Amino acid sequence: MKIAFTTKGTEWESKIDSRFGRANYFVFYDEDTQELSSINNKDNENDAHGAGPKAAQILFNNKAQVLITGNGPGGNASTILEKIGVVCYIEAQEITIKEAYNLFKEGKLKKFY
Amino acid sequence: MKIAIASGKGGTGKTTLSTNLASYLSENNKVVLCDLDVEEPNSALFLKTEIIHQEKKYKGIPEWNKNTCTLCGNCQEVCNYHAVIQLGDTIMVFPELCHSCYACSDLCPTNSLPMINNETGTLTHFKTNTFDFVESRLKIGEEQAVPLIKQTLKYIDNNFSDEFHKIYDSPPGTSCPVIESTKNADFVILITEPTPFGFNDVKIAIETMKALNKNFGIVINRYGVGNDDVINYCKKNNIPVLAKIPNKKEIAELYSKGELLWNKIPEVKTELENIKNFIFSNIKN
Ligand code: SF4
Ligand code: SF4
Repeated sequence: MKIAFTTKGTEWESKIDSRFGRANYFVFYDEDTQELSSINNKDNENDAHGAGPKAAQILFNNKAQVLITGNGPGGNASTILEKIGVVCYIEAQEITIKEAYNLFKEGKLKKFY
Repeated sequence: MKIAIASGKGGTGKTTLSTNLASYLSENNKVVLCDLDVEEPNSALFLKTEIIHQEKKYKGIPEWNKNTCTLCGNCQEVCNYHAVIQLGDTIMVFPELCHSCYACSDLCPTNSLPMINNETGTLTHFKTNTFDFVESRLKIGEEQAVPLIKQTLKYIDNNFSDEFHKIYDSPPGTSCPVIESTKNADFVILITEPTPFGFNDVKIAIETMKALNKNFGIVINRYGVGNDDVINYCKKNNIPVLAKIPNKKEIAELYSKGELLWNKIPEVKTELENIKNFIFSNIKN
């Protein structure tokens, strides 16, 4: 399974970014290959409009099945994520990617949809 | 003459000034007041009006035709607003994000994104005893104010000759909707309160007006509260302060009853006169 995180950096110890569309990075963890990869989203940060759908598309293109983030995506992005069947977990605030992943594994993150 | 009334943030007396100035000027001039704060138009609350015309407004939104689309991806490449997105073999359009620029539609090689009309809001034309009043109200859920503002400005241009003094109550803030509302004005009045927050917001609004190369001046509302930072700043930067509307209990009372001020409070009338004299002598071409 491939899991996407909205983050402030690209390492396991990097913090989660609670924003979705305007997150600094998307980090992907592929549980099958145990690989960690990332995409810089700083361009999107300055977009006045439509950052959410754009970010949802990045998740789609990277074949993420789960999203772990903070505040939760807005309406337009959610439309896309639900359509492509990404399961979304929220309220990962002020913690590292590693910590968020562990909470997810323990079933302690709140499911958004 | 076109006068836009704007403020760095909401709740600084923009609507009070717009409605009172329109009413005051209409004593001796032909006046139309236009409420461009389409997300929350509220001028009508302070006016006794009668509706003379109402129309729905639309904007074009591309509609995807699955059968002819070759999935070339051009549409999402050209859209600056991420309002059209390709997901595998599907093209999704987000009407609330779309700016109706026609780019995707025009550049689609197979004409698979024809533009279809979507309702954005309602324009209403009212008459008061002494002047005309036009407001537009954005439909709930619609995120783009600019297309409706443009159409409302066009309605004013088509229906009112240059003999009219046109007063535009602009949306608060400094983003696209304000710029659209003030860009064709001959003069912009920025209204603020003499508080630290007001000072902060008006500084940003001043920078915006300078960047747009606008002829503008400041009106201080609720003069007497806060401090003189705004006035000192204007002095230092050679920005005219047109009027100071005093902070009075009577004003707050009339306001809460939804009544006009200038015909009941002489000081307000004097301040409006100052505004009028400044603008009229300044814009005599
Ligand atoms: S530009 Fe036209 S043909 Fe190309 S993907 Fe978009 S809708 Fe399909
Ligand atoms: S009309 Fe313009 S803004 Fe709307 S989807 Fe097409 S390219 Fe994007």
